[in-house]
Amino acid sequence: MEPIIRMTNIEKHFGSVIALAGVTVEIFPGECHCLLGDNGAGKSTFIKTMSGVHKPTAGEIIFEGQPLQFADPRDAISAGIATVYQDLAMIPLMSVSRNFFMGNEPIRKRAGLRFFDHDYANEVTMTEMRKMGINLRGPDQAVGTLSGGERQTVAIARAVHFGAKVLILDEPTSALGVRQTANVLATVDKVRKQGIAVVFITHNVRHAMAVGDRFTVLNRGKTLGTAVRGEITPEELQDMMAGGQEMATLEGSLGGTV
Amino acid sequence: MSDAAINDERIKEMSPLRRALIRPELGGMVGTVAVFTFFLLFAFDSGMFNAQGVMNWSVVSAQFMIIAVGACLLMIAGEFDLSVGSMIGFAGMMIAIFGVTLGWPMWLAIVTTFAICIAFGALNGYIVVRTGLPSFIVTLATLFILRGFTIFIPQTAERKTIIGGIREAAEGDWLAPLFGAKIGGPIFQWLGDMGVIGVFTRGNRAGEPVVDGIPMLMIWAIALVIFGHVLLTRTRFGNWIFAAGGDAQAARYTGVPVDRVKIQMFMFTAFCATVFAVCQVMEFGSAGADRGLLKEFEAIIAVVIGGALLTGGYGSVIGAALGALIFGVVQQGLFFANVESSLFRVFLGVILLLAVILNTYIRRLITGER
Repeated sequence: MEPIIRMTNIEKHFGSVIALAGVTVEIFPGECHCLLGDNGAGKSTFIKTMSGVHKPTAGEIIFEGQPLQFADPRDAISAGIATVYQDLAMIPLMSVSRNFFMGNEPIRKRAGLRFFDHDYANEVTMTEMRKMGINLRGPDQAVGTLSGGERQTVAIARAVHFGAKVLILDEPTSALGVRQTANVLATVDKVRKQGIAVVFITHNVRHAMAVGDRFTVLNRGKTLGTAVRGEITPEELQDMMAGGQEMATLEGSLGGTV
Repeated sequence: MSDAAINDERIKEMSPLRRALIRPELGGMVGTVAVFTFFLLFAFDSGMFNAQGVMNWSVVSAQFMIIAVGACLLMIAGEFDLSVGSMIGFAGMMIAIFGVTLGWPMWLAIVTTFAICIAFGALNGYIVVRTGLPSFIVTLATLFILRGFTIFIPQTAERKTIIGGIREAAEGDWLAPLFGAKIGGPIFQWLGDMGVIGVFTRGNRAGEPVVDGIPMLMIWAIALVIFGHVLLTRTRFGNWIFAAGGDAQAARYTGVPVDRVKIQMFMFTAFCATVFAVCQVMEFGSAGADRGLLKEFEAIIAVVIGGALLTGGYGSVIGAALGALIFGVVQQGLFFANVESSLFRVFLGVILLLAVILNTYIRRLITGER
């Protein structure tokens, strides 16, 4: 199978700071590719490069077999690369359906005037949310009343509905409780089964192991290689993320709880 | 869609009361009913509810409505305009300068005034979105700048601060009646003849009905309310207004042109202020440098009574219109009820405080914040 997106030796320098020093990743349709790394490893810079926010200083991006240069995030979105950021781009005071279609409002023409097609928006929102396993009280329910996990799911469902081929999730589980995390991971699983490539950024090895097909570890702006599910243990991943050295001694004193 | 299939035990059934409570118009509706009940009980015999009285408070309410619609949409988009009052004075004065002092045809004076005022609105918006400063400060500056010009220009041109003769200058003009005329005259004459409404019994207008038509001001008010409501709730642009005020950054992530939306709302607010000003100078026949004082706050109060959040992202044009109605009915009603008019300000302060507290509570209900 051809990778939907292949990034080779991506480098990104901010002035004298080298944020990415050669990152290589291949992402296939229908897989959940976990990108692991400790704070400062370059995860955020890397996904921003992938989603068109940053232009790489060096390296090559091949998307669906074509070399690609994104001018801005809108380019990436229309090509099918959607990013769900930690702050989700959701407005708590607005209804789920208004949020779902924000910036992409469906239009119905009546007497030559262009109106927001609320019936269509409400129906699609309810259907899409039910597919993800969330029962809304109604499409007019405000996003503010949803839990963090449910909001995450709305954001994911929105990206999928608007034609994402690659879905980048930026630490979707970092602020969530146990049950909500499980819900989000279940959503990731559903999305993957639709044939969408999921890039799952996290520093939590357990969450990664729960849904990941392949794992790429970033450390100090470099990829330390990609491992396939079943060929690597959580402990090994943890060690690679931390750079290997101090973690071994730390883990001894903490009894493997990290 | 079957409701039974989507029942979820984790979702608490919402009581109809709670559901009603999160509608932004609720406060305005309750207030309207309360105010009318009060005055029907205590001022029914005062003439407040005969044809003349109704016209009296309707016109005042309509004035508030015109500026409240602009202020409402702007507030939902997350910004304020404190220059509305000065804009009203300025626009009126521009019409007098162009139409009377310079002797331009009235239609040209009106069109030019609209262009200048909307340009000032755009400038307000442009400065706010480019600098990221609070609109409170930017439009406070515009408030003083425009008021200064409104006094300076007529003093320089005519050595006075009130310019009259506008009605005469507008005689026979094709555009001026759109703001100054009254419609439905024959119907009111007929109603007068039928004895449904009172007629003058003495003087040179004997036999004419006491109310001789609906002023265009009221037509503008109703048209603007309908336009604002449809724009906000039924269009794509309306969704962008909510989004721009709810969380500008989130809106930008999803591709909403937040800056453009905000600038356009500043322009719309300026448009509403100018409509108010043109109707006013056509009615009075003169422009004064002190016109429109404090109108910006009255507009904002009407909007807040109507349920909009001062922080943006939530509100209703219908609510704002009801807020304006409450405003007009109480202001004129206290006069009919022979209450000392200074107490109106006390009432205003109290109702504003109550409205803000209620809105904050409702916000918590909607967003589930604690």
